[in-house]
Amino acid sequence: MEGNILQYEFIVKGLLGAVFASITAGLVGTYIVSRRMVFLSGGITHASFGGIGIGYFLGINPVLGAAIFGILSALGVEYLSVRQKIREDSAIGILWAFGMATGIIFIYLTPGYAPNLMGYLFGSILTVTYADIIALGIMSVLLTFYFAAFYRTILYISYDETFARTYSSYVDTFKYITTSLVALTIVLNIRMAGVVLVLSLLTIPPNIAMILTRVYSKIIILSILAGFIGTAAGYVISYFLGVPVGATIIFTLVILWVMVKLLNYLMRYFKRPDTNHQSPITSHQ
Amino acid sequence: MAYLIEMKSLSASYENNVVLQNIDFRVNENDFIGVIGPNGGGKTTLLKVILGLIRPSAGSIVFNSDLISANTIGYLPQISTGDNNYPVTVTDVILSGMMIRKKIITRMSASDKKRAAEVIDELGLAAMAHSSLNELSGGQLQRVFLGRAIIGNPMLLLLDEPGNFVDSTFENDFYEKLKDLNKRMAILMVSHDIGMISSHVKSYACVNRNLRYHPSSEISNEQLLAYGCPIQLITHGEVPHTVLRSHSLDGR
Repeated sequence: MEGNILQYEFIVKGLLGAVFASITAGLVGTYIVSRRMVFLSGGITHASFGGIGIGYFLGINPVLGAAIFGILSALGVEYLSVRQKIREDSAIGILWAFGMATGIIFIYLTPGYAPNLMGYLFGSILTVTYADIIALGIMSVLLTFYFAAFYRTILYISYDETFARTYSSYVDTFKYITTSLVALTIVLNIRMAGVVLVLSLLTIPPNIAMILTRVYSKIIILSILAGFIGTAAGYVISYFLGVPVGATIIFTLVILWVMVKLLNYLMRYFKRPDTNHQSPITSHQ
Repeated sequence: MAYLIEMKSLSASYENNVVLQNIDFRVNENDFIGVIGPNGGGKTTLLKVILGLIRPSAGSIVFNSDLISANTIGYLPQISTGDNNYPVTVTDVILSGMMIRKKIITRMSASDKKRAAEVIDELGLAAMAHSSLNELSGGQLQRVFLGRAIIGNPMLLLLDEPGNFVDSTFENDFYEKLKDLNKRMAILMVSHDIGMISSHVKSYACVNRNLRYHPSSEISNEQLLAYGCPIQLITHGEVPHTVLRSHSLDGR
């Protein structure tokens, strides 16, 4: 009986988690991959671990701590790179390690029972609460509305910021809002995939999609689809093998990427000789 | 003729480096002004001041608000300012020029898309309307950016070194096209190619920290010498050659 309840909870959380994770990661992932912000996103992810540590230490919700840390560091890096006061990649590199260091120090300073570190680092479905799922669900709705309402604005600013500045004075506002949403998405997905692996949840699906299309809106849709296949399959595998879910999700996504790449290559390969072989045969007859 | 833009004793600088100083300059309706001058003389800065990307450090720039604002100018940058590997199609890039009439917007209307198709046809890009940018040649890219600059029917078109990547097969068409556009909009064209400039523009401005306006398109040697800036003359002969004139003698 108890096993059934656990199993039910696992399926519901897993399914909802997979749906919301793939929607948020697909939208945000397409944005960061095409804007070449992957490294920045890695920095945000690891900086937010500092927030998790401080959250534990102060006895507040670690996800809230991570969200505050993540958004502040994201805005900080955007601000510094706009002002060109510091080399952006160096700033991110420092932030990356500083976040991890802060997190570890505060977790060790926290008196009493040490929290489940592995869960935060590599993701664990068992520590995911319904509150986490609801937060991800709200984020999915918010992001969908945001991207639908400002699709062209977001696309054009991230494609050519300088040109956008010639007609709009809202470029920086949009960049800061979108970057904050990126940070929030990353933090909420940490519960699913873990600090170490969440970046791949965002970056692999758009890369799968870009093998097949170069149209921004189609990349978003295909990314969500690829993300869902990866997360759902990852959950199942993780359940049967008893290994961390983040790892199995990433593993499945990479396999999916290789398969699509290979399939695409094969399709091109078989299309080409077809037209080449035709002419000698017809000339022979 | 109504003016579009008027600069009065305008200066502009980067940090403490003054690039433009005390400029008085007017752009009128239907002008076709060639902007020439040495590298680093402030030609591109002049365009950026007009676009509102750089604020003047002194003096003023006034837009004739009945006709134009800083946000409704067509602009063809010197080099592609966007990421050419970005997943965006030719049609979408050209449509982005409509933003000068919309600012923040979700969707393009059917008439916007129709207008984009017209521009694409006009520029001979129909075959690659749905290609992404990384599939295009330099000359094709330039046409896409020209399309983006003109789709919103601006009152003023700014071109920064358009000759840089216009391919030779398109070059004549390109200048014919500009002549045609000039019936509807004023054009300010930065160029090194004086030969090209003098055969197309109606007047020209020489920019080297300050600005001298010459109301005729004839560029005489005396005027070049008097201006006091090194100027590159390019001619098309059997052997392509470049003559560099360095003017150490300052005319002023």
